[in-house]
Amino acid sequence: MNLWNKLMCYSRRHSPWLFHMNGGSCNGCDIELIASLTPRYDAEQLGVRLEGSPRHADILCITGPVTHNAVNAIKTVYDQVCGPKAVVAIGSCPATTNVFIDSRTLDGPLNRHVPVDVFVPGCPPRPDAIIQGVAKAAEILAERAAKKLPIAPVVMPLVGPGCEGACPCAATTELKNEEVRA
Amino acid sequence: MSYKIPMGPYHPALEEPYKLDLICEGETVIDAQLHIGFNFRGIEHLAETRNYIQVIALMERVCGICSNIHTLTLCNAMEGLTGLTPPPRAQYIRVIMAELERLHSHVLWAGIAAKLMGFKTMFMTCFELREKVMDVLQAISGNRVNYSMNRIGGVNRDITDPQSILRLVEALELEMGRTVIPIFTTSRTARSRCAGIGVLTTEKAVALGVVGPVARASGLPQDLRRAAPYAAYTEMDFDVPVQPAGDVTARLLVRALEIMESCKILRQALSKLPPGEIATEGEKFVFTTGTATARVEAPRGEVMYSVSWKEGSRNPARVHVRTPTFAVMPAIRWMVKGARLADTPLIQASIDPCYSCTDR
Repeated sequence: MNLWNKLMCYSRRHSPWLFHMNGGSCNGCDIELIASLTPRYDAEQLGVRLEGSPRHADILCITGPVTHNAVNAIKTVYDQVCGPKAVVAIGSCPATTNVFIDSRTLDGPLNRHVPVDVFVPGCPPRPDAIIQGVAKAAEILAERAAKKLPIAPVVMPLVGPGCEGACPCAATTELKNEEVRA
Repeated sequence: MSYKIPMGPYHPALEEPYKLDLICEGETVIDAQLHIGFNFRGIEHLAETRNYIQVIALMERVCGICSNIHTLTLCNAMEGLTGLTPPPRAQYIRVIMAELERLHSHVLWAGIAAKLMGFKTMFMTCFELREKVMDVLQAISGNRVNYSMNRIGGVNRDITDPQSILRLVEALELEMGRTVIPIFTTSRTARSRCAGIGVLTTEKAVALGVVGPVARASGLPQDLRRAAPYAAYTEMDFDVPVQPAGDVTARLLVRALEIMESCKILRQALSKLPPGEIATEGEKFVFTTGTATARVEAPRGEVMYSVSWKEGSRNPARVHVRTPTFAVMPAIRWMVKGARLADTPLIQASIDPCYSCTDR
């Protein structure tokens, strides 16, 4: 790795710009993402900035279980983000479609449409978890800039109290079985 | 010559995906068309495939901002079908949760409105203050967003130490009265940006049937907490703030005054919290055939749930939801007519839209 690449890696890791996209979410994760940028959690100390245009962004943050109406927009926006890029799936919805599983108006989960680098689980994830996920994505981004990195999704650990398998969303997803449909 | 400016569905000024087509002549908006449906998850259909416990967890995820209100309304409707009555302590805890949610929703709205005004400092201040409300919510329920507090015949978690929560609420009230309220009511930046734009007259508000803070800002004194009290609101003493002007400033003032009223209700509810059970324990219940309706005043206005059940079934036959944004949404068209293009993001945000509730 030459000096230029090293500099680029350093810069990318220390100023990841986000583009936030709502793929049919309930607003829970979207508000938590905004909360993670505000003074209490202050993701801006990591150089994170929420951008208005996907062309300015490095990391695409997608929330929601991906509705039919959002699929094309997600693909278009993914193509508009300049490389190298990373995708963070915020919340349980883009990972598994969560409580909305079996809905006919959904086309999820997200990794059927775009390659996802980091999954941040939770319904919704706490701002700490979102920051951790974004920091992980920034690391992946920096490595990807230096060498072609294959996409291998990382699932972040659950953060916060009351989520040791006792989360109601996890329970409801598991309860989806024939017994319920009968 | 008029031309059409599409705004959205994925736009930095919008928190959620929806599309606003503005038909403009020069800088003046002459008409607007609103397209929604990007968040359509088919929740009403899904509810028919879930049993009476799962449907509460599902309906909590209709909206990530007013999640508690949706379960509260659903539980009220289901209690109408089963004949269960929650004990008084549960009713008080429901009031406390509903008011805390109103607080965080209004502060969140104030932050987003400030951001759209270009008042970024205020946005940060509001969100810092909102975190303090979230602390109280987390102290009570253990969660920041989906509290899962309500169940049929009561609530899931008790408030074991109301005095400590009361201290947090008093600190919150002091902070609200010191920072957010004066800036929004007296600051020249905020007032000059909001005064006289997005006017909805009282006649138009009646004709469109708007609800919640938008109706109260157009001079209609309607509030379900007063008109059709649920939970323990009959025992609370509060005012319903009404402003006659109908512009964005009036909506700002109504919400600011409501924040103070919510703090007042919270103080009363926490100091009068009656002892006893938090849910009807061990009581068997059956759903009777029929339809029950419940109406609740959410932060954005009236939420109505209509739940139909067939006796012997574990799943509801139909869950119909009517959200406040559905009632307020058509008013946007009348508000933006004649407005300047630069004001439209603020005007459409002034109704505090929640399209994820409306699309479901």
